[in-house]
Amino acid sequence: MNLDELNEIKEKQKKYNQSFDSYIKVCVAASCKSLKSDQIKDAMREKMDEKCQVKGVGCLGLCSKGPLVSVTVDTNKQILYESVKAEDVETLFNATCKKEAAKLPQCSLDQPFFKHQQKIVLENSGEIDPEVIEDYIEKDGYQALLKVLNEYGPEEVVREMMDSGLRGRGGGGYPTGLKWATVNKARSDLKYVICNADEGDPGAFMDRAVLESDPHRIIEGMAIAAYAVGASRGYIYVRAEYPLAIERLKRAIRKARSKGFLGQNISGTSFNFEVDIRLGAGAFVCGEETALIASIEGKRGQPTPRPPYPAEVGLWGKPTLINNVETFANIAPILRKGGAWYASIGTEKSKGTKVFALAGKIENTGLIEVPMGFKLRDIIFDIGGGVPEGLKFKAVQTGGPSGGCIPEDLLDLHVSYESLREAGSIMGSGGMIIMDETSKMVEVARYFMEFCKSESCGKCTPCRVGTVHMHDILDRIAKGTGTEADLSLLEELCDMVGQTSLCGLGQTAPNPVLSTLKYFRHEYDNLIQKQEQPQVNQ
Amino acid sequence: MAKRTNPKVDFPSDDKRWKILNATMKRNGYEGHALIETLHTAQDSFGYLDGDVLAFVAKYLNVSKSKVYGVATFYHYFNLKPPGKHTCVICTGTACYIKGADQLIHDIEDKYKINLGGTTLDGELSVMETRCIGACSLAPAVVLDGEIIGNVEENDLLKTLSGWMV
Repeated sequence: MNLDELNEIKEKQKKYNQSFDSYIKVCVAASCKSLKSDQIKDAMREKMDEKCQVKGVGCLGLCSKGPLVSVTVDTNKQILYESVKAEDVETLFNATCKKEAAKLPQCSLDQPFFKHQQKIVLENSGEIDPEVIEDYIEKDGYQALLKVLNEYGPEEVVREMMDSGLRGRGGGGYPTGLKWATVNKARSDLKYVICNADEGDPGAFMDRAVLESDPHRIIEGMAIAAYAVGASRGYIYVRAEYPLAIERLKRAIRKARSKGFLGQNISGTSFNFEVDIRLGAGAFVCGEETALIASIEGKRGQPTPRPPYPAEVGLWGKPTLINNVETFANIAPILRKGGAWYASIGTEKSKGTKVFALAGKIENTGLIEVPMGFKLRDIIFDIGGGVPEGLKFKAVQTGGPSGGCIPEDLLDLHVSYESLREAGSIMGSGGMIIMDETSKMVEVARYFMEFCKSESCGKCTPCRVGTVHMHDILDRIAKGTGTEADLSLLEELCDMVGQTSLCGLGQTAPNPVLSTLKYFRHEYDNLIQKQEQPQVNQ
Repeated sequence: MAKRTNPKVDFPSDDKRWKILNATMKRNGYEGHALIETLHTAQDSFGYLDGDVLAFVAKYLNVSKSKVYGVATFYHYFNLKPPGKHTCVICTGTACYIKGADQLIHDIEDKYKINLGGTTLDGELSVMETRCIGACSLAPAVVLDGEIIGNVEENDLLKTLSGWMV
């Protein structure tokens, strides 16, 4: 496949997609699909004719109002129907054919939820059919890969990534360009590229949505990365809990291979690249890169000390590049529009946009993408619509079990890797759980510690034993039988486990405790001094 | 990774599922690193991993039984006990937890006198937990016999479950 052939497919698909008078796009990502949106799509597909196009698309974002159906009758008139039911199919389809709005619940597209977002990673999400490669190509898909293969040397690609300022979206925030440069420089006959799609952080679903809505974007990103670092094989390590994402990835890989974007001598160059899927099996620790590598090798997912880093000694001892799904999703746009373009978005040290999954006690649960530096308060109250049922906001939890709870008076901070760390939390992969005044913070800390305790792989003692003890103490305090001595022991353990654990899981496990102690210490004190009812039953 | 020659496979019985299992191992060249892939296939076809399955996999992937057992027990996704006729998996991700998943668990444990991960004595119902299925906008969510149900109300869930228990 060369650039001319690619453009031919692009133009052909464009012509086809523009040949209709009206368009119906039904969200078939996991959230809407579990509300039976696939049946709605199938029923509409049966009615589809040469005038009205019906297609299944990826996540439209506002998951709490699903199933969502987006309708375009004239090029610039879009209607978003919410909570669509099977019995609405007839009405909706007929009205659309007549270029009218159906008398069904609509979701305003003028609301801040849609207007204040800036989409790079999710640009195709809700637009294209994730199962049709031509739809991706129409949106400039695989342009970046062919451009890079034919016009750039590997070092130039790495330089472009350096210029972009993109940092790892899995949570750590390590500069992506630097990571690529290290693997690029490593000498080996064989190198690997791994996509970390083991979205283990409970309460986060960004990666799932990207994989389900726009799988080719990941394949293109991985292929460009492989070219830049000199790798010839890739693995996508995806959670077994995401069957739909796995199915769409498998199909996308097959299609990409048949079109010649994967395989031998891609685009007539000497570049070869093959991608395989490896399934996770429910272990949070496998998000840690050395544990993930062990899991791909068919072993228990236990981390190994670093250095050596996977960039030098990785999968089967070979230099390996590991990036997260959202990181790979940014690659094609960066190479298409240039590193400088990407670097113009965001803050001084955190460039580009970030996808967040809003969930918990918030009006608009769903997926959003905003530029770095966006104010936390605006994410929650403007885009998110605030806390429902007239209750008061209490805290937002970011970074999952490795992160912390941020209270109301810090909401004016501008989201970046640094600002969240200063606030005692972390960026993490992008899950944001909003808690209202009914949430009990000791109980929240206990919940996360219970998670870390059961997810600890057992290899190093501080994490294996420390998390159990911390959980026991939190359990006692939450049940109202904790003492002052418990509290000081808890703080001591937080310090010890954080400082001495082998991998990120243990090192960050105390964060939820530390941040709730920092901002909600009175809740701990009240329970210990018996001034408050126990937060859980005994 | 030197290629091994394919071993001659003795199937424990005529059950077709052994052939499915063997196909996965064969596709991966009977390499030890295909262990997790193979266990996934085994669980998909047999429903759980019993001693015979683990021994079969160990033998043909040329991996020690202790390593196979170690991997099978390390990952939460693998079950070593047969599940009940119906399964109810409760998501205990953060969003579901904040929205009352613990109450759902409490109610079910109370009504059916079983603990998470357990199966009722008559083998009708297994209740399990999962760490986030990514359906956070539908919290609290459960997976009933493989189907994701969102915005679960306690009473509705208990009613569905009692409908199963004839």
